[in-house]
Amino acid sequence: MRIALLMSRLRVEEKWLMQAMEARGLAYDRIDDGEAIFDLATGPGAWASYDVILIRSLSYMRGLYAARVLNSWGIPTVNSAAVTAICGDKLITSAALARAGVPQPRMRMAFSPASALQAIEELGYPVVLKPVVGSWGRLLSKVNDRDAAEALLEHKETLGSSQHSIFYIQEYVAKPGRDIRALVLGDQTVAAIYRKSPHWITNTARGGQGESCPVTPELTEICMAAARAVGGGVLAIDVLEDPQRGFLVNEVNHSMEFHTAVPTTSVDIPGMVIDYVVDVASPRGTDASVASGHRVALPTNSIASRR
Amino acid sequence: MSTACPECNAAIPLEVNTLMGEILVCPDCGAELEVTALAPPALALAPREEEDWGE
Repeated sequence: MRIALLMSRLRVEEKWLMQAMEARGLAYDRIDDGEAIFDLATGPGAWASYDVILIRSLSYMRGLYAARVLNSWGIPTVNSAAVTAICGDKLITSAALARAGVPQPRMRMAFSPASALQAIEELGYPVVLKPVVGSWGRLLSKVNDRDAAEALLEHKETLGSSQHSIFYIQEYVAKPGRDIRALVLGDQTVAAIYRKSPHWITNTARGGQGESCPVTPELTEICMAAARAVGGGVLAIDVLEDPQRGFLVNEVNHSMEFHTAVPTTSVDIPGMVIDYVVDVASPRGTDASVASGHRVALPTNSIASRR
Repeated sequence: MSTACPECNAAIPLEVNTLMGEILVCPDCGAELEVTALAPPALALAPREEEDWGE
């Protein structure tokens, strides 16, 4: 078996993943996505020598297009192009969650400042505006009143790219000073942490502090529903605790970071990720059993599922 | 081993197990740097965060 690790930057996550592959005696190549070339006319070439490609590109676009081309060549990726496309776009994620009946905050989509303002006032202040593509808590806006809404909408329309005129408007959920980041591999919720912050943005990239969170049956149920809704894989699911409605899925991330979750929970997340990746490349078909003992569900783009 | 920060020329020691592509922060000027070579060691300013970077 040969694995490719397609990556941008060598973060601690990538170091741990490489260590996990080395500990398992797996052959792998580290490929810089800034140096990768795909010959779409000729075919996969050297890419075909890999049984699976673990995509860890920092860029959503690079990871998505790499997965699309690789999957079109029959080369499985973790995560698949289909899952990446859904999870990397908050609107598409929300649509998938809604279609599957997964509880999530109320939200609206609009394309002009006027209609966005109407949508905001339908939800009622405060609301949260987010770019449809983005991460690490960037460019999130809590809008408390009409004055702020009008100013923000004008700025997004004028100063942003066309994507910033796709207004993703979400109700503000009065969470208890924290949210939950749950890590899902296949059909298992393997770990969860609270991300605590006095600020309403709780991303650890924005200073949120991690604390171990119990993986309860209730949390597992909503995480599994969210994972199925987007197609499954290696996912980081952000869950809000609403005082009246309980768990609500806020986002589903397809390229998880776990430098906080690992020391906080003591769960061997990188090892589990590699075990999952190995199963994607496994020639044993759709058998749920796994060499490591972890039950996982194979994604639909896996070689095994096509044999 | 050590090398110089490309931004402020401060001497930056590198651990023996430093890997290509690692990200370091210059202790003097705070610039985010990427290890671009190991023998001899070299650093460059790390690429800036793009709008679609993240999880």
